[in-house]
Amino acid sequence: MRIPLSWLGEYVDLPTDATPESVMDDLVRVGFEEEAVHSFDVSGPLVVGQVLEFVAEPQDNGKTIRWCQVRVAPEGEKAADGGESVRGIVCGASNFEVGDKVVVSLPGAVLPGNFVISARSTYGHISDGMIASGKELNLSDDHDGILRLALMGLDPKVGADAIELLGLSDSAAEINVLPDRGYCLSIRGVAREYSHATGKNYRDPTGNVHPIHAEGFGLTINDQSPIRNRKTSQSFILRTVTGIDATKPTPTWMRARLKLAGMRSISLAVDITNYVMLELGQPVHAYDLDKVKGSFTIRRASKGETLKTLDGQVRKLHEEDLLITDESGPIGMAGVMGGSSTEVSDSTTSVLIEAAHFDGISVGRSARRHKLFSEASKRYERGVDPRIGEIAAARVIQLLEVHAGGAAGSVGATFADFNPATEIFLPTDFASSLIGVDYKTEEIAKVLGDIGAEISNVEGGVMVLAPSWRPDLTHKTDLVEEIARITGYDRIPSRLPVAPPGAGLTREQQFTRTALNSLAAAGSTEVLSYPFVSTSSNNLFADAAKAVALANPIQEEAGQLRMSLIPGLMETARKNLSRGLTDLALVEQGSVFASAPNKSPVFPDTKSRPSKEQLLQLEAGIPSQPKHIAGLFLGQRLGAQPGSKAIAFGVEDALQAARVLGHAVGVELELRQSKPKGFHPGRSADLLVNGELVGFVGELNPSVSKLNDLPRTVGVFEINLDELFALAPESVMAKPIGTLPAATQDLSLVVGQEIPAAEVLTAVKEGAGDLLEEITLTDDYRGANIPEGTKSLTFALRFRAMDRTLTQAEASDARDAGVEVARKKFNAKIRS
Amino acid sequence: MSKSEGISQAEVDKAIKAALTDISGASSIAELKKAKGSILGDGSALASFSARLGKLPADQKAEAGKIVGSARAKVSEAFEAREAELSAQEEAKLLEKEAIDITASAQVSRMGARHPLSLLQERISDVFVGMGWEIAEGPEVESEWFNFDALNFDEDHPARAMQDTFFVEPTEQKLVLRTHTSPVQVRSMLNREVPIYVLCPGRVFRTDELDATHTPVFHQVEGLAIDKGLSMADLRGTLEHFAKIMFGEEAKIRLRPSFFPFTEPSAELDVWHPGAKGGARWVEWGGCGMVNPNVLIASGIDPEVYSGFAFGMGIERTLMFRNEVTDMRDMVEGDVRFSKQFGMVL
Repeated sequence: MRIPLSWLGEYVDLPTDATPESVMDDLVRVGFEEEAVHSFDVSGPLVVGQVLEFVAEPQDNGKTIRWCQVRVAPEGEKAADGGESVRGIVCGASNFEVGDKVVVSLPGAVLPGNFVISARSTYGHISDGMIASGKELNLSDDHDGILRLALMGLDPKVGADAIELLGLSDSAAEINVLPDRGYCLSIRGVAREYSHATGKNYRDPTGNVHPIHAEGFGLTINDQSPIRNRKTSQSFILRTVTGIDATKPTPTWMRARLKLAGMRSISLAVDITNYVMLELGQPVHAYDLDKVKGSFTIRRASKGETLKTLDGQVRKLHEEDLLITDESGPIGMAGVMGGSSTEVSDSTTSVLIEAAHFDGISVGRSARRHKLFSEASKRYERGVDPRIGEIAAARVIQLLEVHAGGAAGSVGATFADFNPATEIFLPTDFASSLIGVDYKTEEIAKVLGDIGAEISNVEGGVMVLAPSWRPDLTHKTDLVEEIARITGYDRIPSRLPVAPPGAGLTREQQFTRTALNSLAAAGSTEVLSYPFVSTSSNNLFADAAKAVALANPIQEEAGQLRMSLIPGLMETARKNLSRGLTDLALVEQGSVFASAPNKSPVFPDTKSRPSKEQLLQLEAGIPSQPKHIAGLFLGQRLGAQPGSKAIAFGVEDALQAARVLGHAVGVELELRQSKPKGFHPGRSADLLVNGELVGFVGELNPSVSKLNDLPRTVGVFEINLDELFALAPESVMAKPIGTLPAATQDLSLVVGQEIPAAEVLTAVKEGAGDLLEEITLTDDYRGANIPEGTKSLTFALRFRAMDRTLTQAEASDARDAGVEVARKKFNAKIRS
Repeated sequence: MSKSEGISQAEVDKAIKAALTDISGASSIAELKKAKGSILGDGSALASFSARLGKLPADQKAEAGKIVGSARAKVSEAFEAREAELSAQEEAKLLEKEAIDITASAQVSRMGARHPLSLLQERISDVFVGMGWEIAEGPEVESEWFNFDALNFDEDHPARAMQDTFFVEPTEQKLVLRTHTSPVQVRSMLNREVPIYVLCPGRVFRTDELDATHTPVFHQVEGLAIDKGLSMADLRGTLEHFAKIMFGEEAKIRLRPSFFPFTEPSAELDVWHPGAKGGARWVEWGGCGMVNPNVLIASGIDPEVYSGFAFGMGIERTLMFRNEVTDMRDMVEGDVRFSKQFGMVL
């Protein structure tokens, strides 16, 4: 909302040195954020001139300029810039005549856009100033010609200050009006708020206007299907004005204010309705009375009906749209926009003025449906004072009588069906305890009185009837906000509440942190990518048919939610590669999504806690979204360094990262060679904990790498953290640490090349029993001296007993037991 | 003088001298070890004295024994000293030989980094965990009931139809990508016993195009406290404490009246940021207020008995002004150079 200061000053005492900035500073205290400052950006000497004579001079470029002699100061006086009283000025426009009074910017004047006026040589003359157009003064968009003051209804003295004359010294503060303060989409509302903020004296603009009675115009409110059972209209006022001259100019002061308020001047009658809307917050519509056919019916649209709105567009109406109709059919979409068939024009002599109240939800739905967000719909949606219609109509009549020469007609209609104001009991101690400030009842009564409420004192507090323009005040808490806001949030003291003892981070939260910290310490960089992916990306690692899809994605080609973190990591890797960062170890932790059974849930109302069944029903409709963690490794783990060659990233790095992750949560990940979707079929494995699948590790399938512009070899892992955490030990129970000497043995087993080493190791471990303290794979030999198709796996074994020093014989027996299991399972033989 | 079979001081001295000469003549441990046999071994002069000693008459034994013993001790001592000396010399040489240019030594593993947005969420969580609060989480694809209805957004509330919500297809499911972490507050109220003090950090979504100051995916942290007797003073105190930890002892906060459907009264929150680039100033930080009674009612909490406050702020925004990040895109593109500036530290 833009507030011209001269206008604001009519209804509240403004300091003489008030500026848009100072006004915004004051208003921010009561909850209005500053947005911008608007002004005409014109500075002096700008004067009224009179064209004494001119010569039309055709130019080579096809234009004809006028070389004018313009009087800019009364005879015998100096002009405002100290120069001569008659000036030679070159003018490109031709819409004026000798004798016209015009606006002259003399050298030294600065026009909008920091356009400095000086005497300059042009078209063979020294042009000693400029005759201004409306556009050059930021006053209108009209660039066809210069301003002719007579056409604006002005006949000022030559040499008079045109800045004052045209209202160009005014400026406006633009503030952001929050959705619950519809009444502040008016000068009336803001003036009241300014008074709250500063304590300055407020004068209600309605005080200067008296309702004008009229009757006899047919009006029927017939809402066949009220939206959400709400009352369609609480009041509907129709008044007439006859005998107007619609071609009369809009007064300059009104034009300047409308311009500063951000509205275009259209015609006198329309400008007046807009002016009254800005002043009082009541949207007003003017119909050409002669174009209206018979009486009004307010009803919902029928199927197939159309309406040509004032912007010239033919709108297909929806059965929920509320219409103003006459006997010809729809002539306006209630609260949104009028129809073109009854539009006022230059030939209009009688107008029908409508100042109505409409339900905000109905108007809001129509505005959204037709994407037609007008000044009127904005106000209705936020709530228009249902009791101000009659005053607003009277104010329009008052202005039309003065400026368009009409007279109030006796024909009109008055419909009123006000909702009764709710009585709210506000206990004083409730206000005090909610805000933490010790308010006194008198202070509360004063504040609520100032906002326009009716107050009566009762035991322990006040009984409040909210003002008609405050539909947002329905509960005692709303009143408390008003008290806190108007008395100032600065009064609220500071107190640190003591929470009951907490349990700290949950196990999952701790695990997540440890996991990410461990991975980062081990060399990976954490990234956070968007969860939006394409269907084909989802299909790389999952089944995109089960993906969650967005109805309104930002990019159509990324319209699904990820089912795996790997596509996002690939995208991030590609971005890094494009910036020359080729060696990457990326990890990401986040949710992946799979669609829920398609349902149309029934929402519980919000008047009480939902039942268990209702909550279960809600939860059942929400897609599963487990937390995953994944890593991508490409390029070089370590570049070439003195004494060592470059080492490429590969599957080992992915596996190591997975192990680090397992270690971080206290589990040892088991491997099972496998062919996960999108992975290299010969270089990948399932990751398991206690036999349960938790993820995958390996290399990307080279075709996937290629598709994503990545190098051929990319190590990758992805783990379902929810499952991993669930399988992690609740806590660790310490085993006693043996201190007696250990016995170590080496063991080489020859097995088929297809047997995974990890399984052989597990078999040996299983057979060797409790005496085996540790076993590690130290070599995988293939080649001469062992049978074709076999490999020799060498293990280092360490045995120890808790209660005695082991003999080599005991260790050998345990080892042999291990070998025996490996023999049975894999036909393993000790390498001779 | 003793007889020829006796042992004279002079001949012993001569043997000592010869042994000492051999010892000092050894120029390495290896030479010294080689010489050990001839100096102290069975065939050495000193050993022959010992053999002769046994044959001496008893009355001479004590005297000669003393002489020989002392000689042996003297030679052994010299041997050990030389051995230590040579060993030190050789160790010194070895150390010299082992010297490397440590500034050129190889790196054995890479350094990684956490994402600063994660670190900041963890840091903020720690502040509140330190006060006894708990950290609550919830789904990112959320039912409109949790995201809007239960938070006092009327079905026709303009905020709800605004173009900035991502809806899930088909829309009859009434699922959205949560537009704030407030649904986690609702879930906390439904799942926990009062009093409730929870912090809800997490990822949220709005349909903004990515540019220097907007991103469709960003992070928030919201706090919720429900207890008997909580007032706006408690809200201010909590925020002040939080601000001081995040921005230093001189930080302070300012509340400005505002509007949110889920709080009443509502306020915008500014923080006085003493370390702001270009000098201390007020910075818009987030929103807050007292939980709207309708929100309490929807979660089954009696607003006549309990009251609560809530606040929320953007993690990206906080990181931007706290750590001088100037472009939103740096935080979302995953350029490893960005995270690596931070490493493990904010």
